[in-house]
Amino acid sequence: MKIAVLIKQVPGSDSSLPIQNDASWINEEAITYVMNESDNYALEEALQIREQNGNGEVVVISLGPDRVQKVIREGLAKGADRGIQINVDSVGAVDPLVNASLIADAIKEEKFDIVFSGLQSDDLGMGQTGIILGEMLGMSTASLVMETEISDGRIKVKRELEAGYFQWVTMDLPSSITIQSGLNTPRYPSLKGIMGAKKKEINVLTPEVGQSKQSMEKVYIPQSDKQTVMIDGSADQIVEKLVETFRNDIKVI
Amino acid sequence: MDILIVIEDNNSKIHRMGLESIAAAQSISKDKGFSIGVLVMGGNAEGLSTEVSKYDVSEVLKLNNDIISSYSSDGYAEAVKQVIEQENPKYVFFGHTYQVRDYVPKISAKLMKPFLVDNVSINKDGEKFIFTKQMFNAKLYSDMVAKDNGPLLISFQSAAFSADNAQSGSASIRDISVDIDSSMIKTESDEPFQEEAGGMDLTAAEVIVSIGRGIGKEENIPMAQDLAKAIGGELASSRPVVDSGWLSAPHQIGSSGQSVSPKMYLALGISGAIQHVVGMKGSKNIVAINKDPEAPIFEIADYGVVGDVVEIIPKLSEALKEN
Ligand SMILES: Cc1cc2nc3c(=O)[nH]c(=O)nc-3n(C[C@H](O)[C@H](O)[C@H](O)COP(=O)(O)OP(=O)(O)OC[C@H]3O[C@@H](n4cnc5c(N)ncnc54)[C@H](O)[C@@H]3O)c2cc1C
Ligand SMILES: Nc1ncnc2c1ncn2[C@@H]1O[C@H](COP(=O)(O)O)[C@@H](O)[C@H]1O
Repeated sequence: MKIAVLIKQVPGSDSSLPIQNDASWINEEAITYVMNESDNYALEEALQIREQNGNGEVVVISLGPDRVQKVIREGLAKGADRGIQINVDSVGAVDPLVNASLIADAIKEEKFDIVFSGLQSDDLGMGQTGIILGEMLGMSTASLVMETEISDGRIKVKRELEAGYFQWVTMDLPSSITIQSGLNTPRYPSLKGIMGAKKKEINVLTPEVGQSKQSMEKVYIPQSDKQTVMIDGSADQIVEKLVETFRNDIKVI
Repeated sequence: MDILIVIEDNNSKIHRMGLESIAAAQSISKDKGFSIGVLVMGGNAEGLSTEVSKYDVSEVLKLNNDIISSYSSDGYAEAVKQVIEQENPKYVFFGHTYQVRDYVPKISAKLMKPFLVDNVSINKDGEKFIFTKQMFNAKLYSDMVAKDNGPLLISFQSAAFSADNAQSGSASIRDISVDIDSSMIKTESDEPFQEEAGGMDLTAAEVIVSIGRGIGKEENIPMAQDLAKAIGGELASSRPVVDSGWLSAPHQIGSSGQSVSPKMYLALGISGAIQHVVGMKGSKNIVAINKDPEAPIFEIADYGVVGDVVEIIPKLSEALKEN
């Protein structure tokens, strides 16, 4: 079983997000980057499938500038076999059609059985890359996957639907599957894994980037018209005011 | 046709977000004089087309065919792609539902046309439109533009437009067909099912104490349980708390979990991502405690505290018990 995992490097949920003066993007120097949350679950699923099969290969792929080598190394430290970096400038990389084409070109000769990706990136939130890629490579596709079972060249996946519903879908491999968070418990890299990762190969590709079909004009902090009553003070004062609010304004105690 | 709206079937009714798409299309059509076509498809197309024809749109396109009588991503993607090719609209509107996430990116790939997703508003800039979407889990917004002549695929976030604003009227219904065969469908789908809710129904609760990733670690869960008890409410959570196994799935509030509208919703260490907010924004009073003054939850909170939940929760429980 040959499995590709798409891993995006995104700002951590605790990172500050200073906007550049021209509002074109955030100031990347000031960001702490992490592995995209759902991609972490996708990687874990791939590693578990390889371990259950006793053989196979897991390849982590990230598209972005040199900083993304860090998440590739993290994937390798957790147990992926090798990595591919598709070296592009991050600021222009907003169009999922362009990104998926670049990834498709990079992997089409590899004949992966499965491509796992996250259901959505925590920065751009396009929610499309894995499905577009699957379509481009003629693979079967499924999104929002919460469980996988592989047998006889087919994959059966449990898809999340709206409002607490699920559905099992079965399809032939090769397949491109987008993973929803929570389907497994992602591992942490071991010390041995971290040491071993240094010797693993990262193949760096520098492709020609196609014309974007959608682009970002500006980013900004949203304005809210909601009047929020802010309660402040020391922790004890806040607690006192909250209890008063519960009693006198909201009337729940 | 200028705008084609694709309506989703929600148990043989129009999905609410379909009506929101109609409201969106009507809002930009007024001064542009755009014509609006609405596509209904699948096993319930007959009934749905009658429903949709009661809205102020130019016409309803009705499509049924054995292969798309129930949903499959391949079937729907191919069918809608062919309708787009036949009708050649400038814009194709969708609600940003889970189903749309599943199949519309395929249409984007087939046609090599951009899919501008999950928009919260549309604004005019001369002749072109600017589509605004949330980024970084709602912490920032961004204005997106298409660099393509279309057809452009556009989806709208839940509640970006109000279904109540969809104007009624009377539209003609036209049968259409597509050329599609079973060899195009790569998936076999079982029936949708619901998992045991574990006897937990949060919809009746008057007070909900809801915790997010800001609770920090599993060891802090009892402190939240204690607060829920002290205030006489139910405990709930955002998705990461369930994903981490700290609380069971029925506790989850949001688009994949329960939708609630209690008298008071206490959001503790929850950032306010849209998939959470859709499940609780109907609450009468939202009280948010978050250490980040810019957390998006404050945009919908009635009362806000910038502070550390791990410090405040036990003190609050104590104070409530003393009362
Ligand atoms: C298709 C889809 C479906 C989804 N379905 C759901 C769903 O049903 N329900 C759901 O909740 N999410 C859902 N999500 C996930 C959603 O997008 C968010 O990722 C999630 O809601 C974030 O949860 P959170 O606010 O707890 O965590 P985070 O976004 O990580 O926020 C944690 C917050 O806690 C604050 N904080 C940290 N430490 C402290 C402290 N000590 N004191 C006070 N504040 C602190 C931080 O400032 C931050 O604002 C879904 C996502 C997708 C793509
Ligand atoms: N630049 C990238 N590098 C690697 N994987 C990516 C990249 N962009 C998107 N992906 C993958 O596609 C998923 C969905 O991203 P998006 O379509 O941007 O929401 C992510 O969770 C990743 O698995």
